Amino acid sequence: MAENEKIIEIEVLRYRPEQDKEPVLQTYKVPFTDDMSVLQGLQYIKDYLDGTVSFRWSCRMAICGSCGMMIDGKPKLSCKTFLRDYYPGGLRVEALAHLPIERDLVVDATDFVTKLESIKPYIIPKEPRALEQGEYLQTPQQRDMYEQFSSCINCMLCYAACPQYGLNPKFTGPGILALMHRYNADSRDGGQAERNELGYADEGYWGCTAVGYCSEVCPKGVDPANAINQNKMNSAINYFTRFVTPGGAGK
Amino acid sequence: MKRSNEPIFWSLFGAGGMLAALIGPALVFITGIAVPFGFVFSPDTMSYAHMLAFSQSWAGKVFVLAVIALFLWHAAHRIHILLHDFGVHAVTAVRVLCYGGAFAGTVIAAYTLLMIKA
Ligand code: SF4
Ligand code: FES
Repeated sequence: MAENEKIIEIEVLRYRPEQDKEPVLQTYKVPFTDDMSVLQGLQYIKDYLDGTVSFRWSCRMAICGSCGMMIDGKPKLSCKTFLRDYYPGGLRVEALAHLPIERDLVVDATDFVTKLESIKPYIIPKEPRALEQGEYLQTPQQRDMYEQFSSCINCMLCYAACPQYGLNPKFTGPGILALMHRYNADSRDGGQAERNELGYADEGYWGCTAVGYCSEVCPKGVDPANAINQNKMNSAINYFTRFVTPGGAGK
Repeated sequence: MKRSNEPIFWSLFGAGGMLAALIGPALVFITGIAVPFGFVFSPDTMSYAHMLAFSQSWAGKVFVLAVIALFLWHAAHRIHILLHDFGVHAVTAVRVLCYGGAFAGTVIAAYTLLMIKA
């Protein structure tokens, strides 16, 4: 470590199911340099101070989406957040809000993954297509309809931000509804009717009360609140026109 | 999954919000400031006779009803959602109070307007 190294206090929310009845805070003094992320601070703790601290990470560059945690109460990627921004004060890191803690900063993502699978997050062709017919063509305008929503890295920060998901975990939630829109809005896709059965339910778009914090915390510039709002409009139009448009009735 | 009936309330909410944004401030200015202080409009613009004449025409009735009812539905939905966000989850009671209030206001306004004969 360099001569001019500084020390910052990191409070970590610990939960070891075999010994803790409920989560407890533990403080570590961590030497750091200005280029160190919060994730690197945690790695320092694990390597030099306390090998029992558990947290997820992989890419260290805001791409894999595994290092999300509450940093001073805000959902953030720990690899994209810097210790220097909290100095000379300290910081507190906790497991993502609204999700069950598995151990320390590791949350159980089962609910998210199950929901993600349920929306068929892949292109469902409008009609069967033979190889000879070649590739699908798409104009830049058509691509713009969904592009930002395809940037989601499944980090679940928006789930920790969403008060509706916190109140009622049956709500599909911001990130997955944004991904649903990503496929529905793709000109190559024909799966809207299948997906919107969930979208048009209370657990779908209508579980949202337009708080908008999801869009604020997203590290990839996805705007789930916007995706949901657009679809509330579609859903409302469908609600009132379903009996006069062919095939609009659904369930 | 059951289709949500939320579109009904959301559409009324949206229509009320749109109307409020378009004419709300203008209405406050006209009825609350301009007319009473007599600038732009003469102070008797909203006299009983004028207002009666206004609500005797069908266009006037529709306008008054739209302003009262849609504003009420907008407020009802907003308050309902706000209470939910703040953790008040007596869902049925809150719904009955909010939407029931808006419904009652709409019926009373419509009835009163219909009773105003030309
Ligand atoms: S929408 Fe943004 S915040 Fe939500 S899971 Fe995807 S990348 Fe994360
Ligand atoms: S470690 Fe991959 S997003 Fe942070």
